[in-house]
Amino acid sequence: MANFLVQEKMAEQDLPQSTLETQVPQVEVQRVIKPAAPRYRNEIAKYIIRRSDACKLCGKCAEVCPRGVHVLKGGYKYFAAPRQNVCIGPSCKETGHYCVDLCPNGALKMVENPMMKVLGDYRWTSDLILATWKMAETGAPPDPEYGYQYQCGNSGGGFDRLRFRFPARPPVELSPDEIDTSLELNRRGDGRPQIKIDVPWYGGGMSFGSVSNVTQLSKAQAAVAFNTFTCTGEGGYMERLRPYDEHTITQVATGLFGVREETIQRVRIVEFKYAQGAKPGLGGHLLADKVTPSVAKMRETVTGISLFSPFPFHSVYSIEDHKKHMDWVKHVNRHALVSAKVSTPSDVDMVAMGSYSAGAHIVHMDGGYGGTGAAPDIAKKNIAMPIEYAIVKVHDFLTREGVRDKVTLIASGGLRNAHDIAKAIALGADGVVVGTGELVALGCVRCARCESGRGCPRGIATTDPELQKQFNVEWGSQRVINLYNAWRIELVDILRRLGLRSVGELRGRTDLLEHLDYTNDAGQAP
Amino acid sequence: MPDKYHIKTRPAPPRRPRIGRCGVVDWREDCAGCRNCVKRACVFDRYREESSYIRDMRDMDALFFQCMGCFACVQQCTKGLLSLALNPVYERLGNSYWTPQVIEATWAQAETARIPVSGAGYRGAFSGAGFDSMWTDMSEIVRPTRDGIHGREYISTAVDIGRKPAVLQFEAGVPLHNLPPLLDIPIPMVIDMMPPGYRLPTLPPIFKIVAAQTGTIAIVDFDSWDLLGNDLEQYLPNLAAYIAPSSAMPPAVMLRKMRLVEIGDSDRLELRIAEIKAVNPHIVVSVRIDLDAHGVERSIELAGKPYIETLHLVADVNGDELNAGSPRFIKDMLRHVHTSLVQRGIRNEVTLIAGGGIALAEHMAKQIICGADLVSVNLPLLIALECTLCGWCNDGLACRADVGEIDMDYGVGRMTNLIAAWHDQLIEVMGAMGIRDVRRLRGEVGRALFFEDLEEATFGKLFGTRKNG
Repeated sequence: MANFLVQEKMAEQDLPQSTLETQVPQVEVQRVIKPAAPRYRNEIAKYIIRRSDACKLCGKCAEVCPRGVHVLKGGYKYFAAPRQNVCIGPSCKETGHYCVDLCPNGALKMVENPMMKVLGDYRWTSDLILATWKMAETGAPPDPEYGYQYQCGNSGGGFDRLRFRFPARPPVELSPDEIDTSLELNRRGDGRPQIKIDVPWYGGGMSFGSVSNVTQLSKAQAAVAFNTFTCTGEGGYMERLRPYDEHTITQVATGLFGVREETIQRVRIVEFKYAQGAKPGLGGHLLADKVTPSVAKMRETVTGISLFSPFPFHSVYSIEDHKKHMDWVKHVNRHALVSAKVSTPSDVDMVAMGSYSAGAHIVHMDGGYGGTGAAPDIAKKNIAMPIEYAIVKVHDFLTREGVRDKVTLIASGGLRNAHDIAKAIALGADGVVVGTGELVALGCVRCARCESGRGCPRGIATTDPELQKQFNVEWGSQRVINLYNAWRIELVDILRRLGLRSVGELRGRTDLLEHLDYTNDAGQAP
Repeated sequence: MPDKYHIKTRPAPPRRPRIGRCGVVDWREDCAGCRNCVKRACVFDRYREESSYIRDMRDMDALFFQCMGCFACVQQCTKGLLSLALNPVYERLGNSYWTPQVIEATWAQAETARIPVSGAGYRGAFSGAGFDSMWTDMSEIVRPTRDGIHGREYISTAVDIGRKPAVLQFEAGVPLHNLPPLLDIPIPMVIDMMPPGYRLPTLPPIFKIVAAQTGTIAIVDFDSWDLLGNDLEQYLPNLAAYIAPSSAMPPAVMLRKMRLVEIGDSDRLELRIAEIKAVNPHIVVSVRIDLDAHGVERSIELAGKPYIETLHLVADVNGDELNAGSPRFIKDMLRHVHTSLVQRGIRNEVTLIAGGGIALAEHMAKQIICGADLVSVNLPLLIALECTLCGWCNDGLACRADVGEIDMDYGVGRMTNLIAAWHDQLIEVMGAMGIRDVRRLRGEVGRALFFEDLEEATFGKLFGTRKNG
């Protein structure tokens, strides 16, 4: 195995002058948590309050509610619409502040919002969406009083049936400050930079074209704030991302849109996208409507003509070809780490091993239920295995091959919150890539219309100049920063309850998990 | 390069208002009449026709249920007057197997002939019963269909129907036996007779044309043959008469022009087949076997007989074993039959057609992976005509979708579109699997991932025994 690990000698200064000259000052983003209020006038809430004509405007409700749900503005005759999204619902009864009971005229009524049935799906339940919005608003896990069931979805398998076995008391008492959530990305010991990110996740590739500028920049800002990465996707390297070079992964995908030597030389990580979990083996397809003049320019193509990224790389038909690819990038940029993004076929363990052998620092597996801007439904549902299986399979295989600690294993494809992240790591991944969660923080409702017509009605996954005005980078980045922070708090809490000092200690600890559909009596030494 | 199999399609718009998943609930009372009303900002422009609906007193449901569920108007209305609700009509579509999602997807394909595409990740359950307990595989790097989207013209979906002898015997360069007839169709599906309760007289004449246009074969009960109309002759190569054990034989002139005929199972099979072959030695005879408690064993037994060419194994409409308390699912029954025949070394000698429970294009691929050579399809073609499987026709009530009154163009267009979309989806999954020929997909369980296996290999190892089976 050691023959593979050819130590590359690093020259002092081996980037061409032309690239060095184009380097731009990097932005700094402080990890400041501050409220980022929802951007819609009527926030969707789990419970709604109805006020009948019996209301005598006595103001009792406003007086008793500690959360300020009821607002009677000075100078106004009637109550404003209740701020339902801060109401905790019927569980308020126990607190002694329940306006419905305390209203002297019996004018208030509380019901579960019937829209909860429309919002969400098996994987992203309405509670999970609302909780994610709450996290993006406040920067902390939602107050338990809201009663959101957000730790998992309702898909009936995988992460949604796995639970941590938290001991009654942590075996070691740790304070949150002692717990390390950082992740080392280069384990090859090949002299390339030791890149460490502060949280065990980075942002998924979303190309300019599939999402708006504002969305991309919001993700990038959050990546800087948390000393982690965002990814360009395959749509080319936007000039506007230049100040984030240090925290950007550029993707070399099969379409090679916008890939140039200098884009590879700018970054610290280059990602080869072999396949995508939502459409494994199919390549990409940017529909004609989304190829606006700016997208076409970025990708060096023609406006209004749909773009295919073929499958697979036309230059890669073997693991040797794959190595050749890696060597090429490693040669072009002698400081970069290389990641191989693959999907999860039944032989994903061999694919991962092959990628490692070819020189990848990071093997990134994207499971079958991963996100996408557009994919055939038949592919999303049916092709390749869910990520939960793949993590275990690959972790075990790499361990048996004795290379597990030489490579960083990243999982993605349906990881929705801190609990999923922790479960993925406990199953054997080193870290994860998240995507949909960030979009939900920006206001996505998962209506799945990213691909139709002018694009996302919520202004996230669109290049329509009008639609993307719905929010700005300042708000967007704060939302993502808040979400990251909430996830980190929760991850630290999980580690604290398990008595673990670092994310690294959690890796592969399947003994800390249980599966609700199993007897959980397999011989395990805790 | 040989001619590519291509189905000509054209848009076939629905006759009835769309039935969407959700709709807008609009409390008009208290509307402030804003000039920049959120309705004007609908990205999908769903409100454009609102006033004309009101003016013409047309069915408002049609408007409301075109909603795409993005919540933008709901969240932006100044007065908060809008909300979304699940459409109860949508929820009642179909039944637990033919779910509203299946019906909606079928309608969309019948209208546009396109593969359903959407954004965001998969939204459904992790896995499920029947065909939902397996995934098709993909091939990461090395694959024969090298060019993905651009190489798909090289994927063949053609299948053979008939008997293939294991060996050829020659004497002095002359074959000892006549080769049994073999017919090929360009897509691994045939159109089957409608299940009891859905045998609408409107359908066979449409099937006749659709089968001819798509190059497949429609099986039509010979007892209702007169429904097919007078211009039968040119369509006979794409029609297969089903002859029940008690039915009379079709006239010889017809049999001579058909390529496939199907007969009901009986103890006089050999005689019946000989009778048919005497009229037309080039016809392939398929034997229809009900997948009840004896279906699997009967199929295995028959497959070994030298006079059997093709078996058509039919479960109930939901793919379940017939008349069984705890029925087996068709994919599992087919796997059993297929594996038994492989073990006996005779799998290649007979063609297996599997019918029942094939509701989506993915089921076609999965059923073939589980051992069928091709599938037979019926209900989806009826759903393409905007049937909701309400079952009123079973009770002698008027059809809610007026299927009896459709015109030929519409019917043919919708069904052809559906078949074209299925064909494209089959190519999609085959492309991902790296399989160039659907004949090689048969029984290729190595190109699939089964829920039970993955669970056992992953969680069984970690967490013990799976509860509740």
